[in-house]
Amino acid sequence: MKKELKFVANGEPYDIWVEPNTLLVQVLRDELGFKGTKWCCDSGSCCACAVILDGKVVKSCSIFALQANGKEVLTIEGLANGTELHPIQQAFIDNWAFQCGFCTSGQIMAAKALLDENPKPTREEIQLAMDGHLCRCTGYNMINEAIRDAAKRLQAQKSQEGAK
Amino acid sequence: MKSVVSDFEYFVPKTVEEALKLLSQYEEEECKVIAGGQSLIILMKQRLLTPKYLIDIKGLSDLDYIKLDEKEGLKIGALTTHRAIEKSPVIQKGFSVLSEMEQNVSSVETRNWGTIGGNVAHGDPSGDPAPVLIALNAKLKMTSLSGERTLDAEDFTLDYFETALRHDELLTEIQVPTLPPNTGVKFTKFSQIVGDYAIASVGVLITLDKNKETCSDARIALGAVDIAPMRAKKAEDVLKGEKISNDLLAEAGQVASEEASPTTDVEASEEYKRDLVKVLVRRVGSEALARAKKA
Repeated sequence: MKKELKFVANGEPYDIWVEPNTLLVQVLRDELGFKGTKWCCDSGSCCACAVILDGKVVKSCSIFALQANGKEVLTIEGLANGTELHPIQQAFIDNWAFQCGFCTSGQIMAAKALLDENPKPTREEIQLAMDGHLCRCTGYNMINEAIRDAAKRLQAQKSQEGAK
Repeated sequence: MKSVVSDFEYFVPKTVEEALKLLSQYEEEECKVIAGGQSLIILMKQRLLTPKYLIDIKGLSDLDYIKLDEKEGLKIGALTTHRAIEKSPVIQKGFSVLSEMEQNVSSVETRNWGTIGGNVAHGDPSGDPAPVLIALNAKLKMTSLSGERTLDAEDFTLDYFETALRHDELLTEIQVPTLPPNTGVKFTKFSQIVGDYAIASVGVLITLDKNKETCSDARIALGAVDIAPMRAKKAEDVLKGEKISNDLLAEAGQVASEEASPTTDVEASEEYKRDLVKVLVRRVGSEALARAKKA
């Protein structure tokens, strides 16, 4: 029997009815159309489905949609400011941090959660924070570099805003 | 929309009591409790579990806490996330072994949503928290409509994914006693990659006497090398009352490797796992000893 799910996704409130056995990733992709969130290994092992739920990065394939009731979800679609990419997105492009791109949405969401918590992570801290994310194109080094670059961009943005 | 898991009726109780009432209404075979669900949902996807009723306790904020009492020790609500334990300044200061263990539990994503109570109640013999809790001499509090009881952590898991928790009970609190003076604790898990399941894991607690010379107490807990997390009591006896040397730790490792009952699986052979226990008990023991000397 369907139940009501009220939550906020990428800043927009939603009030929908879903079957209890629906996963959060299914609602995000199939009900709301946020297909940037990838549904991949389905066994909690790859983190391609990572989204930010109430400020914490989680696996949307391993949470029932109804468990997000009353919460706020951020997916890759919620990062850009209009046509201007988020600094982490731009850093991933500029550092060649992906090839096929399938794992990238999840990687970027985890990077965002990391940088929100720790604005200047070391290489090792990035490795630990990202260790659940699989990239089959073996782009791990570039991903790490992109995140360090993104950290610098975010710092610069912050000091610029502070100067204003 | 494609159903990845079988259909179920879903309940979100607002209180522990409401959850317990729901539990008592349904038979064990048809009903499951979900907290973070980081293990449960995978089993449901594999259709190894097809509950008709699912009781979601994740939102019971009454069971999400970390409290430190000087007399009674540390109390962790069952619904505290792995990540909260990892990051807790109270735990990092007084029970650092718990925080260190949590750093290696799966990924940040899992730790942000998964709970320590859910992990322990899942009863996986290769879970990380159980051997640490056993080494720390922790107790687990279980609550039912008829009252509360506590069990030593070492008596909680009975077999693969089977625990002493009755169907009408919820695991509600983890109680870790204050460490005695001159005590050091260390835990290490051996796995193929960081955050993976343990192939073997070892937790060691060593308490030294006043002069920090002889060992007055030792607890050695092993994970992933038997049907449930276990204590290597004969290996503990090797250390107790003795002045601990590297040779003695090696002997304790040998004894522990004989006490363990690992099975060959896709990751390693029985012999390899026994060898791991032998080496890890010595290594982890020597780190616990160093901590006890500094404590």
